[in-house]
Amino acid sequence: MYKVRRWVVRHARGFERLYRVFEPLLVKLHPVWQRIGYGRAEVPVRAVENVVKGVLFDCRMCGQCVLSSTGMSCPMNCPKNLRNGPCGGVRPNGHCEVEPEMRCVWVDAWEGSRRMQYGDRIQVVQEPVDYRLQGTSSWLRVVRERAEASRQPAEQGAAR
Amino acid sequence: MKFDDEPVPGYSLPILPGHVSPGRLERVLRAGKFAITSEIDPPDSADPAEVLKRAAIFDGYVDAINATDGSGAHCHMSSVGVCSLLTRVGYATILQMSCRDRNRIAMQGEILGAAAMGACNLLCLTGDGVQAGDHPQAKPVFDLDSMSLLEIARGMRDDCRFQSGRRIDLPPRIFLGAAENPFVPPMAWRPHRLAKKVAAGAQFIQTQYCFDVPRLRDFMLKVNDLGLLEGPGRVFVLAGLGPLASARSARWIRDNVPGVHIPDAVVERLEGARNQKEEGKRLCMDLLNEVREIPGISGAHIMAYRQEHTVAEIIETTGVLEGRVPWYPGRDNPAERNPESPEALEPVQE
Repeated sequence: MYKVRRWVVRHARGFERLYRVFEPLLVKLHPVWQRIGYGRAEVPVRAVENVVKGVLFDCRMCGQCVLSSTGMSCPMNCPKNLRNGPCGGVRPNGHCEVEPEMRCVWVDAWEGSRRMQYGDRIQVVQEPVDYRLQGTSSWLRVVRERAEASRQPAEQGAAR
Repeated sequence: MKFDDEPVPGYSLPILPGHVSPGRLERVLRAGKFAITSEIDPPDSADPAEVLKRAAIFDGYVDAINATDGSGAHCHMSSVGVCSLLTRVGYATILQMSCRDRNRIAMQGEILGAAAMGACNLLCLTGDGVQAGDHPQAKPVFDLDSMSLLEIARGMRDDCRFQSGRRIDLPPRIFLGAAENPFVPPMAWRPHRLAKKVAAGAQFIQTQYCFDVPRLRDFMLKVNDLGLLEGPGRVFVLAGLGPLASARSARWIRDNVPGVHIPDAVVERLEGARNQKEEGKRLCMDLLNEVREIPGISGAHIMAYRQEHTVAEIIETTGVLEGRVPWYPGRDNPAERNPESPEALEPVQE
């Protein structure tokens, strides 16, 4: 929903905070995910993620969420799927070249990022999309990666 | 400007220390000369002579020629095809590559192919949306964006790797460029976005048409503050310019070509002129004289769509080359002439 996603960008700072609480919580649940099995958890988590992010951000389930680096404006809503900033075709009123009724996703992203505490992440070059991840849960993948990354040094320390 | 190590046309120049490409454009820019580039409108034809004819218009006035890649999302001869034809007779080319039509497999292959054919400069572009062109029913690909294309091309050149990590035996020696449009929103971000492009590998920038010098000046100040114009990783900025044919066409461009900002004062100036076409040319010369004074502007990119013949006069009258004659086939040796240049019709004098 266009209106909701514009509202989210206007409250990018609040959503940034929300994410900063929500993410460690999910990571803490790593043993639970492990017990269920990440593969089996994928289906329900993906469904929830799809609905929640669909309503809030018009999420396209690219499977590699970068919202915290894009001012809470989903770059996959850009008709050119740009992940690193606006093209040169932005209209003088800040609207999209391809869809004149829509505000440029990246004009919104820039404004959202200015409201966020770590908004300068928008200046970091993002990797191109990995299309194998399309349609998968970004949350679970991040949680798994975080949990495994934090476990590895701990295990290495114990081994020593 | 004459290089001591001038090769036989069609062969590469030696790569100088600190340079990445065997091309003329990088040499001119790194030598601190005001560089001039222009672009060829690729033919809707498979005729190689037509390409050479269109290039000959710029003989002696430009340091490199851009070969556009389906500009405006219209179908034309491919940029790799145009570059290959031109490099064969020795012209310096800038291969434009847009992300609209190909995925990363095709684009990386094309970079190798173009480099093998002697293209030394690559301009990484997002590309206009398909809705703007003659095939609005086409699938917009956009597998990469211009930023990732830059990064991948740099990886191919510097690390000899495809994006997949697979090794490349002989890397493409290419000078990497990107476009920037300082004249459209989000204006405050544009200098930072340029910094992002430089971080991704951009070594030169060609801007969108500039009709608003104060805005470009402001942009360049910020670019300079970000430290992008100094050091070995510096970027060279070429200002995009072009003659407007009339007030009517200026208005049409403003309303229909994405991303071109033309202030009202410019339209009014054309409207008030007796000969609007002449005034459009004069306006372009005035703009060129103004932008060359902006600190950090390293050259100009003249886009004279369907007015290519005016480029010579614009360069000549403004004297931006300061007496320098950029290389062209036949400059040093009449036997090397472009077969389609008007001069080639005259017999070579012994």
